[in-house]
Amino acid sequence: MEIAASIGRYTLTRLQVFGRSGIFLFLSLFQAFIPPYRFHRLVKEIEFIGSKSFLIVFVTALFTGMVLGIQGYYSLSQFGAEAALGIMVALSIIRELGPVLCALMVTGRAGSAITAEIGIMKITDQFPALEMMAIDPLKYVISPKILAGIIALPLLTAFFDLVGIAGGYLVGVKLLGVNEGAYIGKMISSVEFVDIYGGILKSFCFGALITWISTFMGFSAQPTTEGVSRATTNTVVLTSLSILIVDYILTSLLL
Amino acid sequence: MIKVENLVKKYGNITASNNLNCRFEKGKVTVILGGSGSGKSTLLRQLTGLEKPDSGAVYFDGVDLATAGKKKLYELRKKMGMLFQGSALFNYLDIYENIAFPLREHTKIADNIIKTIVTMKLEMVGLRGTEHLMPSQLSGGMMKRVGLARAIVMDPKVIFYDEPTSGLDPISTGVIDKLIRDLNQTLGITSVVVSHDIESCFRIADNIIILFYGDIIASGTAEEIRESDDPRVRQFINGEPEGPIPFTRTDKNYLDEILID
Repeated sequence: MEIAASIGRYTLTRLQVFGRSGIFLFLSLFQAFIPPYRFHRLVKEIEFIGSKSFLIVFVTALFTGMVLGIQGYYSLSQFGAEAALGIMVALSIIRELGPVLCALMVTGRAGSAITAEIGIMKITDQFPALEMMAIDPLKYVISPKILAGIIALPLLTAFFDLVGIAGGYLVGVKLLGVNEGAYIGKMISSVEFVDIYGGILKSFCFGALITWISTFMGFSAQPTTEGVSRATTNTVVLTSLSILIVDYILTSLLL
Repeated sequence: MIKVENLVKKYGNITASNNLNCRFEKGKVTVILGGSGSGKSTLLRQLTGLEKPDSGAVYFDGVDLATAGKKKLYELRKKMGMLFQGSALFNYLDIYENIAFPLREHTKIADNIIKTIVTMKLEMVGLRGTEHLMPSQLSGGMMKRVGLARAIVMDPKVIFYDEPTSGLDPISTGVIDKLIRDLNQTLGITSVVVSHDIESCFRIADNIIILFYGDIIASGTAEEIRESDDPRVRQFINGEPEGPIPFTRTDKNYLDEILID
């Protein structure tokens, strides 16, 4: 009985948190479409989530592409199918690794920072201060961050795809001697629009997921230093896991 | 200006506001005094509409804040200024932008006029020349003064101060007290101050309300409170550890709790 009760209690509190976070997301997105619009806030957040993640995404993409080049070459050469290296690299990156790895890197870099920033704003009473100035904190602070995630992630993912494929090219063609025409030609003829579209759709969802979880975690953190540090950790863990799970669901829906 | 009627607010089984009735007169400085946990911050949050009461009403300019919609509440908030205990400055904006913030958000005033207004407000708090510093570069007392400049930038009718002098050195305390008085006298701003600093309280107060565990145990003019012979009031303003206000919060008998049977 005791166990059943505690499981029930746990489930109920989890569901409550989930419900609250849903309302939080809805209100933030809803507020974003009511004037006054603050484009400078949106641009600033896109800069923070997007532009400032360029380097980390570049390095991740380059090395992922290069590793895929080596591994792909090794596997494919066993069947004498090295010519298909371009297809393999491009499809793995565009369909799967691009959106997922990009989202994971952005989670670590920007998601945790967003939670910490919002948590500290909470500790220092900046949300009631906004309220007292007749400014809705959700609209002013949260909405632009969530929108920025939705806008920045697909762009970053496209950049990741490009650099990743170039990394595969660098290793496969320049280092291991795969025919250049085969690498690029076969890739272009086999990658379908639906592959690219699927990858970008994923990145839209991941962008929303990252900023949704990280803003909510910051907003609902206990207003203490310990609470904020816990919220920051939770953001990284929860977002990373959600990305992998949502990735599976989306992949199975898209296929 | 502000009228509180039968205000009740509970957190779990702790009563933070126990059927409070009081009023804050126009153009006066009213100080809400009380120890830690006496419910004075909760009262302040309800006076500003940051928190809704369980029952009862807070009338601001005749409008009940608890039932006012968000739009109406935000309209009223433009007539309120608030100085937070930790100043609540935006740490990503410099001093100038912090003070200009409400103007930029709510008005279409041109940049050169905003500059004039910000400079005037900074002069009032004696901090002209700090425009381009970040909040983290200021001391606690200076941050409070910047917070005050930001609170008055929209020319509010009422300013709420949450423990304006706590954690400040005596000179900064004196400066803040003088600012509160000056703003009240020169601009006629109604002021509501939450404090537990007795000395500073008598320096600035026209009226005083003393809270004790959610109840108003005394209210009146500063003079009346100073002359009060209520033992609880005497104990509070003299800061005596022994008296009718108990030091511990529990009703359990101390001996019963430490003795092992």
